[in-house]
Amino acid sequence: MIENRPGLTLLAHLTLMAGVVIVALPVWVAFVASTHTATDFMSGTIPLWPGPHLVENYARMLDTGVSTSGTPPVGTMMLNSLVMALLIACGKIAISITSAFAIVYFRFPLRTLAFWCIFITLMLPVEVRIVPTFQVVADLGMLNSYAGLTIPLIASATATFLFRQVFLTIPDELTEAARIDGAGPMKFFRDILLPLSRTNIAALFVILFIYGWNQYLWPLLITTSSDYYTIVAGIKRMADAVDGLPQWHLVMATAMLAMLPPVAVVIGMQRLFVKGLVETEK
Amino acid sequence: MKRTLFRNQWLPWLLLAPQLAITFVFFLWPAAQAVRQSFLRQDAFGINTSFVGLANFRALWNSPEYLNSLQVTAVFAVLVTVLSMGLSLLLAVALDRMIRSASLYTTLLVWPYAVAPAVAGILWWFIFNPTIGIMPYVLEGIGYDWNHISSKSDALILVVIASAWKQISYNFLFFVAGLQSIPASLREAAAIDGAGPVRRFFDITLPLLSPTTFFLLVVNIVYAMFDTFAVIDATTEGGPAQATNILVYKVYFDGFVGQNLGSSAAQSVILMGIVIALTAIQFRYVEKKVAY
Repeated sequence: MIENRPGLTLLAHLTLMAGVVIVALPVWVAFVASTHTATDFMSGTIPLWPGPHLVENYARMLDTGVSTSGTPPVGTMMLNSLVMALLIACGKIAISITSAFAIVYFRFPLRTLAFWCIFITLMLPVEVRIVPTFQVVADLGMLNSYAGLTIPLIASATATFLFRQVFLTIPDELTEAARIDGAGPMKFFRDILLPLSRTNIAALFVILFIYGWNQYLWPLLITTSSDYYTIVAGIKRMADAVDGLPQWHLVMATAMLAMLPPVAVVIGMQRLFVKGLVETEK
Repeated sequence: MKRTLFRNQWLPWLLLAPQLAITFVFFLWPAAQAVRQSFLRQDAFGINTSFVGLANFRALWNSPEYLNSLQVTAVFAVLVTVLSMGLSLLLAVALDRMIRSASLYTTLLVWPYAVAPAVAGILWWFIFNPTIGIMPYVLEGIGYDWNHISSKSDALILVVIASAWKQISYNFLFFVAGLQSIPASLREAAAIDGAGPVRRFFDITLPLLSPTTFFLLVVNIVYAMFDTFAVIDATTEGGPAQATNILVYKVYFDGFVGQNLGSSAAQSVILMGIVIALTAIQFRYVEKKVAY
Protein backbone atom coordinates (compact mmCIF):
# COMPACT_ATOMS: atom_id res chain seq x y z
CA MET A 1 0.00 0.00 0.00
CA ILE A 2 1.39 3.32 -1.02
CA GLU A 3 -0.71 5.97 0.64
CA ASN A 4 -3.38 5.85 3.30
CA ARG A 5 -6.75 6.17 1.63
CA PRO A 6 -9.45 4.76 3.90
CA GLY A 7 -12.13 5.25 1.25
CA LEU A 8 -10.24 3.16 -1.26
CA THR A 9 -9.53 0.44 1.29
CA LEU A 10 -13.22 0.31 2.16
CA LEU A 11 -14.05 0.01 -1.53
CA ALA A 12 -11.53 -2.83 -1.83
CA HIS A 13 -13.13 -4.63 1.11
CA LEU A 14 -16.59 -4.23 -0.41
CA THR A 15 -15.34 -5.55 -3.78
CA LEU A 16 -13.79 -8.59 -2.16
CA MET A 17 -16.90 -9.28 -0.10
CA ALA A 18 -19.05 -9.04 -3.21
CA GLY A 19 -16.64 -11.46 -4.87
CA VAL A 20 -16.91 -13.91 -1.99
CA VAL A 21 -20.72 -13.71 -2.18
CA ILE A 22 -20.75 -14.31 -5.97
CA VAL A 23 -18.42 -17.24 -5.57
CA ALA A 24 -20.36 -18.78 -2.69
CA LEU A 25 -23.90 -18.08 -3.91
CA PRO A 26 -24.49 -21.22 -6.00
CA VAL A 27 -23.07 -23.47 -3.30
CA TRP A 28 -25.19 -21.83 -0.61
CA VAL A 29 -28.33 -22.28 -2.71
CA ALA A 30 -27.43 -25.92 -3.32
CA PHE A 31 -26.79 -26.47 0.37
CA VAL A 32 -30.10 -24.90 1.35
CA ALA A 33 -31.96 -26.95 -1.24
CA SER A 34 -30.33 -30.12 0.03
CA THR A 35 -31.80 -29.62 3.51
CA HIS A 36 -35.44 -29.48 2.44
CA THR A 37 -38.00 -31.96 1.16
CA ALA A 38 -39.43 -32.09 -2.35
CA THR A 39 -42.71 -30.49 -1.25
CA ASP A 40 -40.88 -27.36 -0.05
CA PHE A 41 -40.16 -26.46 -3.68
CA MET A 42 -43.79 -26.65 -4.74
CA SER A 43 -44.54 -23.11 -3.57
CA GLY A 44 -42.72 -21.70 -6.61
CA THR A 45 -39.34 -20.56 -5.29
CA ILE A 46 -36.82 -22.34 -3.17
CA PRO A 47 -36.31 -21.28 0.45
CA LEU A 48 -33.31 -19.12 1.39
CA TRP A 49 -32.45 -20.72 4.72
CA PRO A 50 -31.56 -24.32 5.60
CA GLY A 51 -34.38 -26.63 6.58
CA PRO A 52 -34.50 -29.51 9.05
CA HIS A 53 -33.94 -32.42 6.66
CA LEU A 54 -30.16 -32.30 6.28
CA VAL A 55 -29.26 -35.59 7.96
CA GLU A 56 -32.20 -37.41 6.44
CA ASN A 57 -31.42 -36.39 2.83
CA TYR A 58 -27.68 -37.03 3.00
CA ALA A 59 -28.05 -40.35 4.78
CA ARG A 60 -30.57 -41.48 2.20
CA MET A 61 -28.32 -40.54 -0.73
CA LEU A 62 -25.16 -42.09 0.71
CA ASP A 63 -26.96 -45.26 1.62
CA THR A 64 -29.55 -46.03 -1.06
CA GLY A 65 -29.56 -43.24 -3.66
CA VAL A 66 -32.43 -42.62 -6.05
CA SER A 67 -33.39 -46.04 -7.31
CA THR A 68 -35.58 -44.73 -10.15
CA SER A 69 -32.62 -42.98 -11.83
CA GLY A 70 -30.65 -46.21 -12.18
CA THR A 71 -27.68 -44.79 -10.28
CA PRO A 72 -26.11 -46.66 -7.37
CA PRO A 73 -25.94 -45.16 -3.85
CA VAL A 74 -23.79 -42.04 -3.67
CA GLY A 75 -21.45 -43.82 -1.26
CA THR A 76 -20.55 -46.34 -3.98
CA MET A 77 -20.05 -43.59 -6.57
CA MET A 78 -17.82 -41.60 -4.22
CA LEU A 79 -15.71 -44.69 -3.63
CA ASN A 80 -15.35 -45.14 -7.41
CA SER A 81 -14.37 -41.48 -7.77
CA LEU A 82 -11.83 -41.84 -5.00
CA VAL A 83 -10.26 -44.92 -6.60
CA MET A 84 -10.17 -43.16 -9.96
CA ALA A 85 -8.66 -39.94 -8.59
CA LEU A 86 -5.99 -41.77 -6.59
CA LEU A 87 -5.04 -44.08 -9.45
CA ILE A 88 -4.78 -41.17 -11.89
CA ALA A 89 -2.76 -38.98 -9.51
CA CYS A 90 -0.35 -41.75 -8.46
CA GLY A 91 -0.08 -43.18 -11.98
CA LYS A 92 0.68 -39.80 -13.56
CA ILE A 93 3.32 -39.00 -10.95
CA ALA A 94 4.96 -42.44 -11.23
CA ILE A 95 5.27 -42.57 -15.01
CA SER A 96 6.22 -38.90 -15.32
CA ILE A 97 8.96 -38.91 -12.74
CA THR A 98 10.67 -41.93 -14.31
CA SER A 99 10.37 -40.42 -17.80
CA ALA A 100 11.85 -37.13 -16.62
CA PHE A 101 14.70 -39.02 -14.95
CA ALA A 102 15.45 -40.86 -18.20
CA ILE A 103 15.36 -37.66 -20.25
CA VAL A 104 17.51 -35.55 -17.93
CA TYR A 105 20.14 -38.06 -16.71
CA PHE A 106 20.75 -40.20 -19.80
CA ARG A 107 21.86 -39.63 -23.37
CA PHE A 108 20.49 -42.21 -25.72
CA PRO A 109 19.56 -42.43 -29.39
CA LEU A 110 16.13 -40.97 -30.28
CA ARG A 111 16.00 -39.05 -26.99
CA THR A 112 14.57 -35.97 -28.69
CA LEU A 113 11.98 -38.04 -30.51
CA ALA A 114 10.82 -39.61 -27.22
CA PHE A 115 10.59 -36.15 -25.70
CA TRP A 116 8.41 -34.92 -28.56
CA CYS A 117 6.16 -37.97 -28.39
CA ILE A 118 5.37 -37.08 -24.78
CA PHE A 119 5.00 -33.40 -25.65
CA ILE A 120 2.25 -34.25 -28.17
CA THR A 121 -0.01 -35.53 -25.38
CA LEU A 122 -0.14 -31.98 -24.10
CA MET A 123 -1.74 -30.85 -27.32
CA LEU A 124 -4.46 -33.45 -27.68
CA PRO A 125 -7.09 -33.19 -24.96
CA VAL A 126 -9.27 -36.28 -24.69
CA GLU A 127 -12.41 -34.37 -25.73
CA VAL A 128 -10.86 -33.59 -29.09
CA ARG A 129 -10.14 -37.18 -30.18
CA ILE A 130 -12.89 -38.81 -28.17
CA VAL A 131 -14.37 -41.15 -30.77
CA PRO A 132 -11.16 -42.98 -31.84
CA THR A 133 -9.88 -43.16 -28.25
CA PHE A 134 -13.14 -44.74 -27.17
CA GLN A 135 -12.79 -47.30 -29.97
CA VAL A 136 -9.28 -48.22 -28.82
CA VAL A 137 -10.44 -48.72 -25.25
CA ALA A 138 -13.46 -50.75 -26.40
CA ASP A 139 -11.25 -52.94 -28.63
CA LEU A 140 -8.93 -53.61 -25.70
CA GLY A 141 -11.92 -54.77 -23.63
CA MET A 142 -11.35 -52.08 -21.02
CA LEU A 143 -14.91 -50.73 -20.78
CA ASN A 144 -16.38 -50.90 -17.28
CA SER A 145 -13.10 -51.34 -15.46
CA TYR A 146 -10.86 -49.17 -13.33
CA ALA A 147 -8.11 -49.75 -15.90
CA GLY A 148 -10.27 -48.24 -18.65
CA LEU A 149 -11.22 -45.34 -16.41
CA THR A 150 -7.68 -44.41 -15.51
CA ILE A 151 -4.92 -45.71 -17.81
CA PRO A 152 -5.87 -43.65 -20.90
CA LEU A 153 -5.72 -40.50 -18.75
CA ILE A 154 -2.41 -41.01 -16.98
CA ALA A 155 0.01 -40.00 -19.72
CA SER A 156 1.08 -36.50 -18.76
CA ALA A 157 3.29 -34.03 -20.53
CA THR A 158 2.89 -31.32 -17.88
CA ALA A 159 4.02 -33.56 -15.02
CA THR A 160 7.00 -34.74 -17.06
CA PHE A 161 7.99 -31.14 -17.78
CA LEU A 162 7.63 -30.20 -14.14
CA PHE A 163 9.93 -32.99 -12.95
CA ARG A 164 12.37 -32.18 -15.75
CA GLN A 165 12.56 -28.58 -14.47
CA VAL A 166 13.07 -29.81 -10.90
CA PHE A 167 15.82 -32.23 -11.89
CA LEU A 168 17.62 -29.59 -13.94
CA THR A 169 17.95 -27.41 -10.83
CA ILE A 170 19.57 -30.20 -8.80
CA PRO A 171 23.34 -29.50 -8.75
CA ASP A 172 25.64 -31.79 -10.71
CA GLU A 173 27.91 -32.07 -7.68
CA LEU A 174 25.31 -34.24 -5.97
CA THR A 175 25.30 -36.66 -8.88
CA GLU A 176 29.10 -36.72 -8.97
CA ALA A 177 29.31 -37.36 -5.24
CA ALA A 178 26.79 -40.16 -5.52
CA ARG A 179 28.73 -41.74 -8.35
CA ILE A 180 32.05 -41.51 -6.51
CA ASP A 181 30.35 -43.29 -3.60
CA GLY A 182 29.44 -46.05 -6.03
CA ALA A 183 25.70 -45.37 -6.40
CA GLY A 184 24.11 -46.65 -9.61
CA PRO A 185 21.36 -44.68 -11.42
CA MET A 186 18.46 -46.33 -9.60
CA LYS A 187 20.04 -45.87 -6.19
CA PHE A 188 20.66 -42.20 -7.02
CA PHE A 189 17.03 -41.88 -8.14
CA ARG A 190 15.66 -43.49 -5.00
CA ASP A 191 17.93 -41.95 -2.38
CA ILE A 192 18.56 -38.47 -3.78
CA LEU A 193 16.07 -37.42 -6.46
CA LEU A 194 12.90 -38.72 -4.79
CA PRO A 195 13.53 -37.11 -1.39
CA LEU A 196 14.56 -33.84 -3.04
CA SER A 197 11.37 -33.61 -5.09
CA ARG A 198 9.05 -34.51 -2.23
CA THR A 199 7.24 -31.15 -2.02
CA ASN A 200 6.86 -31.02 -5.82
CA ILE A 201 5.31 -34.47 -5.74
CA ALA A 202 2.91 -33.42 -2.99
CA ALA A 203 1.92 -30.21 -4.81
CA LEU A 204 1.38 -32.09 -8.04
CA PHE A 205 -0.65 -34.72 -6.23
CA VAL A 206 -3.14 -32.09 -5.03
CA ILE A 207 -3.70 -30.78 -8.57
CA LEU A 208 -3.92 -34.25 -10.11
CA PHE A 209 -6.30 -35.53 -7.46
CA ILE A 210 -8.71 -32.72 -8.32
CA TYR A 211 -8.20 -33.40 -12.03
CA GLY A 212 -9.00 -37.08 -11.56
CA TRP A 213 -11.99 -36.56 -9.29
CA ASN A 214 -13.57 -34.02 -11.66
CA GLN A 215 -13.36 -36.12 -14.83
CA TYR A 216 -16.71 -36.16 -16.57
CA LEU A 217 -16.85 -37.14 -20.24
CA TRP A 218 -14.47 -40.09 -19.96
CA PRO A 219 -16.26 -41.96 -17.13
CA LEU A 220 -19.59 -41.13 -18.76
CA LEU A 221 -18.57 -43.05 -21.90
CA ILE A 222 -16.46 -45.81 -20.34
CA THR A 223 -18.93 -46.87 -17.66
CA THR A 224 -22.19 -48.43 -18.77
CA SER A 225 -22.45 -50.64 -15.71
CA SER A 226 -23.65 -48.71 -12.67
CA ASP A 227 -21.03 -50.48 -10.50
CA TYR A 228 -18.37 -48.20 -11.96
CA TYR A 229 -20.25 -44.87 -12.05
CA THR A 230 -18.29 -41.97 -10.61
CA ILE A 231 -20.15 -39.29 -8.71
CA VAL A 232 -19.41 -36.38 -11.07
CA ALA A 233 -20.67 -38.38 -14.07
CA GLY A 234 -23.49 -39.97 -12.07
CA ILE A 235 -24.99 -36.68 -10.97
CA LYS A 236 -25.98 -35.83 -14.53
CA ARG A 237 -27.76 -39.15 -14.95
CA MET A 238 -29.59 -38.39 -11.75
CA ALA A 239 -30.58 -34.87 -12.83
CA ASP A 240 -31.88 -36.27 -16.13
CA ALA A 241 -33.95 -38.88 -14.35
CA VAL A 242 -35.57 -36.42 -12.02
CA ASP A 243 -36.64 -34.06 -14.77
CA GLY A 244 -40.14 -35.48 -14.78
CA LEU A 245 -40.50 -35.60 -11.02
CA PRO A 246 -38.30 -32.88 -9.51
CA GLN A 247 -36.23 -34.26 -6.64
CA TRP A 248 -33.89 -31.32 -6.57
CA HIS A 249 -33.19 -31.69 -2.86
CA LEU A 250 -31.58 -35.09 -3.52
CA VAL A 251 -29.69 -33.92 -6.62
CA MET A 252 -28.29 -30.96 -4.69
CA ALA A 253 -27.28 -33.22 -1.78
CA THR A 254 -25.35 -35.29 -4.31
CA ALA A 255 -23.78 -32.15 -5.80
CA MET A 256 -22.63 -31.11 -2.33
CA LEU A 257 -21.10 -34.54 -1.73
CA ALA A 258 -19.45 -34.46 -5.18
CA MET A 259 -17.60 -31.22 -4.46
CA LEU A 260 -16.79 -31.87 -0.83
CA PRO A 261 -13.58 -33.96 -1.19
CA PRO A 262 -11.77 -31.79 -3.78
CA VAL A 263 -12.81 -28.54 -2.07
CA ALA A 264 -11.60 -29.92 1.27
CA VAL A 265 -8.27 -30.79 -0.37
CA VAL A 266 -7.88 -27.26 -1.78
CA ILE A 267 -8.75 -25.51 1.48
CA GLY A 268 -6.81 -27.91 3.69
CA MET A 269 -3.67 -27.89 1.56
CA GLN A 270 -3.89 -24.39 0.14
CA ARG A 271 -0.15 -23.77 0.12
CA LEU A 272 0.61 -26.98 -1.77
CA PHE A 273 -2.35 -26.33 -4.08
CA VAL A 274 -1.13 -22.86 -5.09
CA LYS A 275 2.41 -24.19 -5.56
CA GLY A 276 1.15 -27.04 -7.73
CA LEU A 277 -1.06 -24.77 -9.81
CA VAL A 278 1.64 -22.22 -10.52
CA GLU A 279 4.29 -24.86 -11.23
CA THR A 280 2.28 -27.02 -13.60
CA GLU A 281 1.32 -24.06 -15.75
CA LYS A 282 4.63 -22.26 -16.04
CA MET B 1 21.83 -29.46 -19.55
CA LYS B 2 23.48 -31.96 -17.21
CA ARG B 3 27.23 -32.51 -17.33
CA THR B 4 27.14 -35.61 -15.20
CA LEU B 5 25.23 -38.43 -16.83
CA PHE B 6 24.64 -42.10 -16.27
CA ARG B 7 25.66 -44.50 -19.00
CA ASN B 8 23.27 -47.30 -19.69
CA GLN B 9 21.83 -48.60 -22.95
CA TRP B 10 18.51 -50.09 -21.94
CA LEU B 11 17.63 -48.43 -18.60
CA PRO B 12 16.37 -45.10 -20.05
CA TRP B 13 14.07 -46.97 -22.40
CA LEU B 14 12.74 -49.05 -19.54
CA LEU B 15 12.04 -45.87 -17.57
CA LEU B 16 10.30 -44.26 -20.53
CA ALA B 17 8.39 -47.36 -21.57
CA PRO B 18 5.13 -46.87 -19.59
CA GLN B 19 4.74 -43.24 -20.63
CA LEU B 20 5.57 -43.94 -24.27
CA ALA B 21 3.31 -46.99 -24.43
CA ILE B 22 0.31 -45.05 -23.09
CA THR B 23 1.09 -42.09 -25.32
CA PHE B 24 1.24 -44.32 -28.36
CA VAL B 25 -1.85 -46.46 -27.64
CA PHE B 26 -4.17 -43.76 -26.32
CA PHE B 27 -2.90 -40.58 -27.96
CA LEU B 28 -0.94 -41.05 -31.17
CA TRP B 29 -2.86 -44.05 -32.49
CA PRO B 30 -6.36 -42.50 -31.94
CA ALA B 31 -5.15 -39.21 -33.39
CA ALA B 32 -3.90 -41.05 -36.47
CA GLN B 33 -7.24 -42.88 -36.68
CA ALA B 34 -9.07 -39.56 -36.57
CA VAL B 35 -6.98 -38.26 -39.44
CA ARG B 36 -7.57 -41.49 -41.43
CA GLN B 37 -11.31 -41.54 -40.79
CA SER B 38 -11.65 -37.92 -41.77
CA PHE B 39 -10.90 -39.00 -45.35
CA LEU B 40 -13.37 -41.90 -45.29
CA ARG B 41 -17.12 -42.25 -45.43
CA GLN B 42 -19.12 -45.18 -44.02
CA ASP B 43 -22.45 -46.28 -45.42
CA ALA B 44 -25.52 -46.34 -43.19
CA PHE B 45 -24.89 -49.90 -41.98
CA GLY B 46 -21.17 -49.49 -41.31
CA ILE B 47 -20.29 -52.24 -43.81
CA ASN B 48 -18.61 -50.37 -46.63
CA THR B 49 -16.13 -47.58 -46.19
CA SER B 50 -14.85 -45.61 -49.13
CA PHE B 51 -12.15 -43.01 -49.55
CA VAL B 52 -13.74 -39.63 -50.18
CA GLY B 53 -10.76 -37.29 -50.03
CA LEU B 54 -11.59 -33.91 -48.57
CA ALA B 55 -15.36 -34.37 -48.94
CA ASN B 56 -15.93 -34.50 -45.17
CA PHE B 57 -14.15 -31.20 -44.69
CA ARG B 58 -15.98 -29.63 -47.63
CA ALA B 59 -19.29 -30.83 -46.19
CA LEU B 60 -18.44 -29.12 -42.88
CA TRP B 61 -17.55 -25.91 -44.65
CA ASN B 62 -20.94 -25.95 -46.38
CA SER B 63 -22.88 -26.99 -43.29
CA PRO B 64 -24.79 -24.11 -41.67
CA GLU B 65 -24.79 -26.11 -38.41
CA TYR B 66 -21.01 -26.29 -38.32
CA LEU B 67 -20.58 -22.62 -39.19
CA ASN B 68 -23.09 -21.81 -36.46
CA SER B 69 -21.10 -23.94 -34.01
CA LEU B 70 -17.91 -22.07 -34.95
CA GLN B 71 -19.63 -18.77 -34.32
CA VAL B 72 -21.15 -19.93 -31.03
CA THR B 73 -17.74 -21.17 -29.88
CA ALA B 74 -16.10 -17.84 -30.70
CA VAL B 75 -18.77 -15.80 -28.91
CA PHE B 76 -18.78 -18.19 -25.96
CA ALA B 77 -14.97 -18.21 -25.60
CA VAL B 78 -14.73 -14.42 -25.76
CA LEU B 79 -17.53 -13.89 -23.23
CA VAL B 80 -16.17 -16.47 -20.76
CA THR B 81 -12.64 -15.09 -21.03
CA VAL B 82 -13.63 -11.43 -20.65
CA LEU B 83 -16.10 -12.00 -17.82
CA SER B 84 -13.88 -14.31 -15.82
CA MET B 85 -10.64 -12.37 -16.31
CA GLY B 86 -12.32 -9.01 -15.68
CA LEU B 87 -13.83 -10.11 -12.38
CA SER B 88 -10.61 -11.82 -11.30
CA LEU B 89 -8.48 -8.77 -12.08
CA LEU B 90 -10.85 -6.55 -10.09
CA LEU B 91 -10.65 -8.91 -7.09
CA ALA B 92 -6.87 -9.28 -7.37
CA VAL B 93 -6.35 -5.51 -7.45
CA ALA B 94 -8.61 -5.15 -4.41
CA LEU B 95 -6.69 -7.90 -2.61
CA ASP B 96 -3.42 -6.14 -3.37
CA ARG B 97 -4.43 -3.38 -0.92
CA MET B 98 -5.02 -5.87 1.89
CA ILE B 99 -2.35 -6.79 4.38
CA ARG B 100 -3.79 -8.77 7.25
CA SER B 101 -6.97 -10.05 5.62
CA ALA B 102 -5.33 -11.11 2.33
CA SER B 103 -4.96 -14.79 3.18
CA LEU B 104 -8.52 -15.08 4.49
CA TYR B 105 -9.96 -13.56 1.32
CA THR B 106 -7.72 -15.79 -0.79
CA THR B 107 -9.01 -18.91 0.93
CA LEU B 108 -12.60 -17.77 0.45
CA LEU B 109 -12.03 -17.10 -3.25
CA VAL B 110 -9.91 -20.02 -4.50
CA TRP B 111 -11.99 -23.08 -3.70
CA PRO B 112 -14.26 -23.01 -6.81
CA TYR B 113 -11.22 -24.32 -8.69
CA ALA B 114 -11.98 -27.68 -7.09
CA VAL B 115 -15.61 -27.78 -8.21
CA ALA B 116 -16.06 -30.04 -11.24
CA PRO B 117 -17.32 -28.20 -14.36
CA ALA B 118 -20.26 -30.62 -14.51
CA VAL B 119 -21.23 -29.77 -10.92
CA ALA B 120 -20.80 -26.03 -11.60
CA GLY B 121 -23.20 -26.46 -14.52
CA ILE B 122 -25.77 -28.26 -12.35
CA LEU B 123 -25.55 -25.59 -9.63
CA TRP B 124 -26.20 -22.69 -11.99
CA TRP B 125 -28.85 -24.68 -13.86
CA PHE B 126 -30.66 -24.98 -10.56
CA ILE B 127 -30.29 -21.30 -9.62
CA PHE B 128 -31.66 -20.26 -13.00
CA ASN B 129 -34.36 -22.95 -13.12
CA PRO B 130 -37.36 -21.13 -14.66
CA THR B 131 -39.91 -22.62 -12.25
CA ILE B 132 -38.14 -22.81 -8.88
CA GLY B 133 -34.84 -20.92 -9.31
CA ILE B 134 -33.93 -17.75 -7.43
CA MET B 135 -32.59 -15.74 -10.34
CA PRO B 136 -35.69 -15.95 -12.57
CA TYR B 137 -37.68 -14.82 -9.53
CA VAL B 138 -35.39 -11.82 -9.05
CA LEU B 139 -35.35 -11.06 -12.79
CA GLU B 140 -39.13 -11.19 -12.90
CA GLY B 141 -39.07 -8.38 -10.36
CA ILE B 142 -37.30 -6.16 -12.90
CA GLY B 143 -39.58 -7.32 -15.69
CA TYR B 144 -37.40 -9.90 -17.43
CA ASP B 145 -38.92 -13.25 -18.27
CA TRP B 146 -35.99 -15.69 -17.96
CA ASN B 147 -36.23 -19.04 -19.69
CA HIS B 148 -33.06 -20.86 -20.72
CA ILE B 149 -35.04 -23.83 -22.01
CA SER B 150 -36.62 -21.86 -24.84
CA SER B 151 -34.57 -18.67 -25.20
CA LYS B 152 -31.31 -18.99 -27.12
CA SER B 153 -29.64 -15.98 -25.54
CA ASP B 154 -30.66 -16.97 -22.01
CA ALA B 155 -29.16 -20.42 -22.52
CA LEU B 156 -25.89 -18.93 -23.77
CA ILE B 157 -25.76 -16.51 -20.82
CA LEU B 158 -26.31 -19.42 -18.44
CA VAL B 159 -23.41 -21.53 -19.75
CA VAL B 160 -21.15 -18.45 -19.91
CA ILE B 161 -21.86 -17.64 -16.25
CA ALA B 162 -21.33 -21.23 -15.10
CA SER B 163 -18.07 -21.57 -17.06
CA ALA B 164 -16.70 -18.17 -16.01
CA TRP B 165 -17.58 -18.76 -12.34
CA LYS B 166 -15.53 -21.93 -12.29
CA GLN B 167 -12.49 -20.13 -13.75
CA ILE B 168 -12.48 -17.06 -11.47
CA SER B 169 -10.28 -18.63 -8.78
CA TYR B 170 -7.64 -19.75 -11.24
CA ASN B 171 -7.31 -16.32 -12.87
CA PHE B 172 -7.42 -14.65 -9.48
CA LEU B 173 -4.42 -16.62 -8.18
CA PHE B 174 -2.33 -15.81 -11.24
CA PHE B 175 -3.26 -12.11 -11.18
CA VAL B 176 -2.37 -11.91 -7.48
CA ALA B 177 1.02 -13.50 -8.19
CA GLY B 178 1.51 -11.11 -11.12
CA LEU B 179 0.67 -8.06 -9.02
CA GLN B 180 3.05 -9.14 -6.27
CA SER B 181 5.91 -9.37 -8.72
CA ILE B 182 5.56 -5.68 -9.68
CA PRO B 183 8.15 -3.74 -7.65
CA ALA B 184 6.51 -1.42 -5.11
CA SER B 185 9.16 1.22 -5.88
CA LEU B 186 7.65 1.85 -9.31
CA ARG B 187 4.23 2.64 -7.90
CA GLU B 188 5.74 4.66 -5.07
CA ALA B 189 7.70 6.73 -7.58
CA ALA B 190 4.53 7.36 -9.57
CA ALA B 191 2.69 8.32 -6.39
CA ILE B 192 5.41 10.83 -5.51
CA ASP B 193 5.07 12.26 -9.01
CA GLY B 194 1.42 12.88 -8.20
CA ALA B 195 -0.30 10.00 -9.99
CA GLY B 196 -3.52 8.87 -8.28
CA PRO B 197 -4.57 5.24 -7.83
CA VAL B 198 -6.50 5.08 -11.11
CA ARG B 199 -3.70 6.65 -13.13
CA ARG B 200 -1.16 4.32 -11.48
CA PHE B 201 -3.29 1.32 -12.34
CA PHE B 202 -3.51 2.16 -16.03
CA ASP B 203 0.01 3.53 -16.52
CA ILE B 204 2.05 1.18 -14.34
CA THR B 205 0.20 -1.86 -13.05
CA LEU B 206 -1.66 -2.87 -16.19
CA PRO B 207 1.32 -2.67 -18.61
CA LEU B 208 3.60 -4.54 -16.20
CA LEU B 209 0.90 -7.16 -15.75
CA SER B 210 0.69 -7.85 -19.48
CA PRO B 211 2.72 -11.11 -19.47
CA THR B 212 0.31 -12.57 -16.91
CA THR B 213 -2.67 -11.23 -18.82
CA PHE B 214 -1.46 -12.72 -22.08
CA PHE B 215 -0.75 -16.09 -20.50
CA LEU B 216 -4.22 -16.15 -18.91
CA LEU B 217 -5.80 -15.08 -22.18
CA VAL B 218 -4.51 -18.20 -23.93
CA VAL B 219 -5.29 -20.48 -20.98
CA ASN B 220 -8.85 -19.14 -20.74
CA ILE B 221 -9.53 -19.52 -24.45
CA VAL B 222 -8.28 -23.12 -24.28
CA TYR B 223 -10.45 -23.68 -21.19
CA ALA B 224 -13.55 -22.20 -22.82
CA MET B 225 -13.08 -24.18 -26.01
CA PHE B 226 -12.23 -27.61 -24.58
CA ASP B 227 -12.82 -27.96 -20.83
CA THR B 228 -16.38 -26.66 -20.84
CA PHE B 229 -17.78 -29.80 -22.43
CA ALA B 230 -19.10 -30.91 -19.04
CA VAL B 231 -20.81 -27.57 -18.38
CA ILE B 232 -22.68 -27.79 -21.69
CA ASP B 233 -23.57 -31.47 -21.34
CA ALA B 234 -24.81 -31.09 -17.75
CA THR B 235 -27.02 -28.11 -18.63
CA THR B 236 -28.22 -27.24 -22.13
CA GLU B 237 -26.85 -30.18 -24.17
CA GLY B 238 -26.13 -27.78 -26.99
CA GLY B 239 -29.66 -26.43 -27.24
CA PRO B 240 -32.02 -24.72 -27.63
CA ALA B 241 -31.81 -24.73 -31.43
CA GLN B 242 -27.98 -25.18 -31.43
CA ALA B 243 -27.50 -21.95 -29.46
CA THR B 244 -24.87 -23.47 -27.15
CA ASN B 245 -23.50 -26.20 -29.41
CA ILE B 246 -19.77 -25.48 -29.14
CA LEU B 247 -17.23 -27.37 -31.27
CA VAL B 248 -16.17 -29.99 -28.70
CA TYR B 249 -19.78 -30.77 -27.95
CA LYS B 250 -20.58 -31.18 -31.62
CA VAL B 251 -17.66 -33.61 -32.12
CA TYR B 252 -19.03 -35.77 -29.33
CA PHE B 253 -22.64 -35.48 -30.43
CA ASP B 254 -22.04 -36.22 -34.12
CA GLY B 255 -19.70 -39.10 -33.26
CA PHE B 256 -21.62 -40.88 -30.52
CA VAL B 257 -25.24 -39.84 -30.87
CA GLY B 258 -25.35 -39.07 -34.59
CA GLN B 259 -22.93 -41.92 -35.48
CA ASN B 260 -21.50 -39.81 -38.29
CA LEU B 261 -17.90 -40.98 -37.92
CA GLY B 262 -16.40 -39.33 -40.98
CA SER B 263 -17.74 -35.90 -40.10
CA SER B 264 -16.85 -36.29 -36.42
CA ALA B 265 -13.29 -37.32 -37.35
CA ALA B 266 -12.94 -34.31 -39.66
CA GLN B 267 -14.09 -32.07 -36.80
CA SER B 268 -11.54 -33.76 -34.51
CA VAL B 269 -8.79 -32.97 -36.99
CA ILE B 270 -9.83 -29.31 -37.17
CA LEU B 271 -9.93 -29.09 -33.36
CA MET B 272 -6.49 -30.69 -33.06
CA GLY B 273 -5.21 -28.04 -35.45
CA ILE B 274 -6.70 -25.30 -33.27
CA VAL B 275 -5.20 -26.75 -30.06
CA ILE B 276 -1.79 -27.14 -31.65
CA ALA B 277 -1.90 -23.53 -32.87
CA LEU B 278 -2.92 -22.23 -29.43
CA THR B 279 -0.24 -24.29 -27.67
CA ALA B 280 2.37 -23.01 -30.11
CA ILE B 281 1.33 -19.40 -29.43
CA GLN B 282 1.45 -20.04 -25.70
CA PHE B 283 4.96 -21.49 -25.83
CA ARG B 284 6.32 -18.92 -28.21
CA TYR B 285 5.21 -15.88 -26.28
CA VAL B 286 4.84 -17.07 -22.73
CA GLU B 287 8.22 -18.78 -22.59
CA LYS B 288 9.95 -15.52 -23.48
CA LYS B 289 8.00 -13.75 -20.70
CA VAL B 290 7.69 -10.61 -22.78
CA ALA B 291 7.04 -7.32 -21.04
CA TYR B 292 5.61 -4.97 -23.58
